[in-house]
Amino acid sequence: MHSLWLIPIFPLVGFLINGMLGRRFSKTVINTVAVGSVVLSFLWVLKALSALAPLNETYVEHYFTWISSGTLDIGFDFAIDRLTMVMLLVVTGIGSLIHVYATGYMAHEGGYYRFFAYLNLFMFFMLTLVLAANYVLLFVGWEGVGLCSYLLIGFYFLKKSASDAGKKAFIVNRIGDFGFSLAMFLIVISFGTLDFQKVFAKASTISPEVQYGSITTICLLLLVGAIGKSAQIPLYVWLPDAMEGPTPVSALIHAATMVTAGVYMIARSATLFERAPIAMDVVAYIGLATAVMAATIGLVQNDIKKVYAYSTVSQLGYMFLGCGVGAFSAGIWHVVTHAFFKALLFLGAGSVIHACAGEQDMQKMGGLMKKIPITFAVLFIAAMAIAGVPPLSGHYSKDAILMAAHARAPWMYWVGVVTAGMTAFYVFRSIFLTFFGEYRGKAHPHESPAVMWVPLAVLAVLSLIGGYAFNIPEFLSPVLPMHGGVHDESLATIATAAGLAGILLAAICYLFVPSIPGALASAFAPIYQTLYDKYYVDELYNVSIVKPIANGSREILWKGADVGVFDALVNGAGTTSMALGGLLRKMQSGNLRTYASWVLIGILLVMGGFAVYGGAK
Amino acid sequence: MNMGDHLLSWILFTPLLGMVVVLAVPSSNKYLVRWVANLAALASFLVSLQLVLRFDTHAAGFQFVERASWIASLGVNYSIGVDGISYLLVILTTALTLLSVLASWSEVEERLPAYYAMLLLLETGILGVFLSLDFFLFYVFWEAVLVPMYFLIGIWGGERRLYAALKFFLYTMTGSVLMLIGILILYFAHANQFGVRTFEIADLMRVQLPIAAERTVFWLLFLGFAVKVPMFPFHTWLPDAHTEAPTAGSVMLAGVLLKMGTYGFLRISLPLLPNASQDWGIVCILAVLSLIAILYGALVSLMQKDWKKLVAYSSVSHMGFITLGIFSLNVKGLTGAVIQQINHGISTGLLFLLVGIIYERRHTREIAEFGGVAHRMPNYAVVFAIAMLSSAGLPLLNGFVGEFTILQGAFEVNPWWAALAVPGIVLGAAYLLWLYQRTMLGELTNEKNRQLLDLNLREWAVVLPLVAAAFWIGIYPKPLFEIVEKPVAQIMDRLHRTELHQKEVQP
Repeated sequence: MHSLWLIPIFPLVGFLINGMLGRRFSKTVINTVAVGSVVLSFLWVLKALSALAPLNETYVEHYFTWISSGTLDIGFDFAIDRLTMVMLLVVTGIGSLIHVYATGYMAHEGGYYRFFAYLNLFMFFMLTLVLAANYVLLFVGWEGVGLCSYLLIGFYFLKKSASDAGKKAFIVNRIGDFGFSLAMFLIVISFGTLDFQKVFAKASTISPEVQYGSITTICLLLLVGAIGKSAQIPLYVWLPDAMEGPTPVSALIHAATMVTAGVYMIARSATLFERAPIAMDVVAYIGLATAVMAATIGLVQNDIKKVYAYSTVSQLGYMFLGCGVGAFSAGIWHVVTHAFFKALLFLGAGSVIHACAGEQDMQKMGGLMKKIPITFAVLFIAAMAIAGVPPLSGHYSKDAILMAAHARAPWMYWVGVVTAGMTAFYVFRSIFLTFFGEYRGKAHPHESPAVMWVPLAVLAVLSLIGGYAFNIPEFLSPVLPMHGGVHDESLATIATAAGLAGILLAAICYLFVPSIPGALASAFAPIYQTLYDKYYVDELYNVSIVKPIANGSREILWKGADVGVFDALVNGAGTTSMALGGLLRKMQSGNLRTYASWVLIGILLVMGGFAVYGGAK
Repeated sequence: MNMGDHLLSWILFTPLLGMVVVLAVPSSNKYLVRWVANLAALASFLVSLQLVLRFDTHAAGFQFVERASWIASLGVNYSIGVDGISYLLVILTTALTLLSVLASWSEVEERLPAYYAMLLLLETGILGVFLSLDFFLFYVFWEAVLVPMYFLIGIWGGERRLYAALKFFLYTMTGSVLMLIGILILYFAHANQFGVRTFEIADLMRVQLPIAAERTVFWLLFLGFAVKVPMFPFHTWLPDAHTEAPTAGSVMLAGVLLKMGTYGFLRISLPLLPNASQDWGIVCILAVLSLIAILYGALVSLMQKDWKKLVAYSSVSHMGFITLGIFSLNVKGLTGAVIQQINHGISTGLLFLLVGIIYERRHTREIAEFGGVAHRMPNYAVVFAIAMLSSAGLPLLNGFVGEFTILQGAFEVNPWWAALAVPGIVLGAAYLLWLYQRTMLGELTNEKNRQLLDLNLREWAVVLPLVAAAFWIGIYPKPLFEIVEKPVAQIMDRLHRTELHQKEVQP
């Protein structure tokens, strides 16, 4: 036994300690508990991995039976294979860095202990999610991270917009869970178990060439869950709003880890998806559409966190595209590199916001390069990484996805390339608006303390070398099958060129000829406005779903049907018995003995009636 | 005190003894009355705990059976016993009664002895329903429950208490009269077929009715049970009764009284009327009514302005899951349903207790009157969050285990049943989170909420056991599954062995 359970238990204990006693603790104690517990689980991951290396086979630990009824037998079991290993390292590694950063970022916030308690609880659920050996336990983590996301988005619960955003995230995710739940029920019927190893073993006896209806249905239903969690069309609407949460939360939960759970789940179920070509196509189309749509919105946003939020949605779309075209390991590779550079972008943005006294509007920034040089340097690296500039991390994973897409259908590659161009444009737009030119705000920007910039520096190094150093597809090849795409130099060059073109265009628009963006915006005002207002999707959902449910429930179901029909019928019948009611009222003389005697008389009458009736028979 | 051979009678009548003692205490000494009532409820609970020590999970059939002739000429027996299904409900009943009595400490001031007497009488009545093995005895207890509940609502209730109490009384009375007719048909059929007059449920199982007659009896019993559950469209008494009842009344009503209906289906309808119960037409009607209850209850909850009414309507939705599980007629559905009965008692009981705590402080249940309460009552807000999540079926809390098992069972009969029920869970999250946001979160705007005090020691004592139970069942429900296994297998066996008109339920 390697006691895998310790990995999630450390942060759970941290949560319990800080959650129950944190109110009385000093910040030092809270920090030690919160950061210490996550670092401990990171170390335990390393220890388990070194003991288990090279991990060519899945290692499973059984703890106890959780749900058992009829054929259903679900255990609290953890399993670890190379895919889990990658996820564990990302979650605990990046998690540790962000915890450290947060001790600086949140230093002056109220509810300090509460924040770290939630953050630790999140780690517990996220680690449960990746360690789970069956779908239900994965679902436990899945729901748990959703809960923590709700709690942390709504951390500033005084603000209605924050608690609204938390609620929205939870409910939209639950809509996705609708699909996940049904998928599990169908898996039980099809395979008689929810255990990963057993399900995949049974599924792999079915040849991939055979169209297998219920596997396709299972995959499509799983996809519904993944769409909710990983913010894809049409359920992505919660993620941009989730930026109401503190920035470390955006970095950890809404960029690096939780939102990639959908990708992880699809990759985990690769054996099933490979036997469901229709579902694979849907994954790819949704991913591609989301990547494009979110990137276009990102082009025009002014709130720095909103830009990165839409960027996350867009990059998650890339990961889906990778999985959908069969390059699961490329998708996971992008999960890893994205965790590096997007966490860095968010934490860097947090450092900027911190420096500008809470300002998030890029129009009120500018010229920060000299004032916060470290932040500038790391953000610049992150921006180059996401733009796909070689040899930074993003370049490798994005290339792998685009190659696979080209092998599947060239047009997917081309759409992906254009999106890559847009990605480079919006991310450098944010860099130029923030760090170049003159400072347009009123605050007195200052560099963040070391506790904040050291984690940034570590992430910057990872963003620099993370792609070259970690060849995830090769590492995952025993678990996740390699895709058919071959590396093609000219295709790779085109993709890189698109990124560079995006950067150049951003430089022209925001450094050299600053009049262009304004002119374009007014020349194409309708398009600009549509993008700026995010295609009015929230408004559309509100009018077509939220309002009808609310009004329908209140006016038709409650006041109409419930009170108006069913209750009225009963009351109508009740009027006839008003005489009886009057009688009853008279009996209520208020004297207890009278009541008691009525009770007695009633029971005696019933019994007596029986005695007489039965006796006569 | 040797309870050896009469354990169930002790469990059944300890509350009644307690009631007599409470009534003997001079009503002027409120303090003493309260103490005596709490001790009586505690004694009842402790007596029932003997069951935990002595109940044999692996034995099939009823345990601790006691049988004595009561009205010999009619074949009425005092016949009681316990199996896994009733065992769980008995413990739930004694535990919730204890917590309800404790919760009433400072809420009720008027006619104290009578109030506590009614609660204890109610406990005996409900326990009697769960323990009876004789249909007549079952009916007597069934009716006996009605009376204390009627008075609890009618005397100690809210503003519209008389209306609510009367509605509750007439509604359930109508249902039980129809049920009585059904019982009598079975009784006389048995007398005709075997020449023996008996109300023993085990004996009545031998009765062979023509399928049409069996269906009629099924629907008669159904009306009695469905009103209690309550199933759509017989639910309209519930929002009024729940809302107007004092806290203890709501807790008992939602926590255990509603389970009398689902228990009736499990104990009476399925084993006694296996052909009608498996009639595909009937099964479909009941499944559809359950699904309507799930969705309709959730949607109506969503728009409630009254805190307590919202929780009340949510019960309609949650009970829909239980009836859906029962009429899935497979091991998973039934197991899930039995476990969910307990879970609903815990979650909804907790929610009503929490509403009561805030009502006692502010004397209003209008959601709009609140907001930002978490500032003044941080501990209360945490407990409320746990109750909410348990009710919303979050994994690692109790609700998930039951719901998942039920839905798996339903899915295996017809995937659409599960597909239509799951949105009820989505809506569950919606109405609960919205309630939480409107009451607990945000700025504290209403001046009247500025003086709110957080949970006191007694209130902690009331809510903590339920919180602990919610986590326990959510994380380690294995003992529950084991307890339920045998009785569910017995029901399944009974359903399968029915040769006449055997119709396997097919997806």
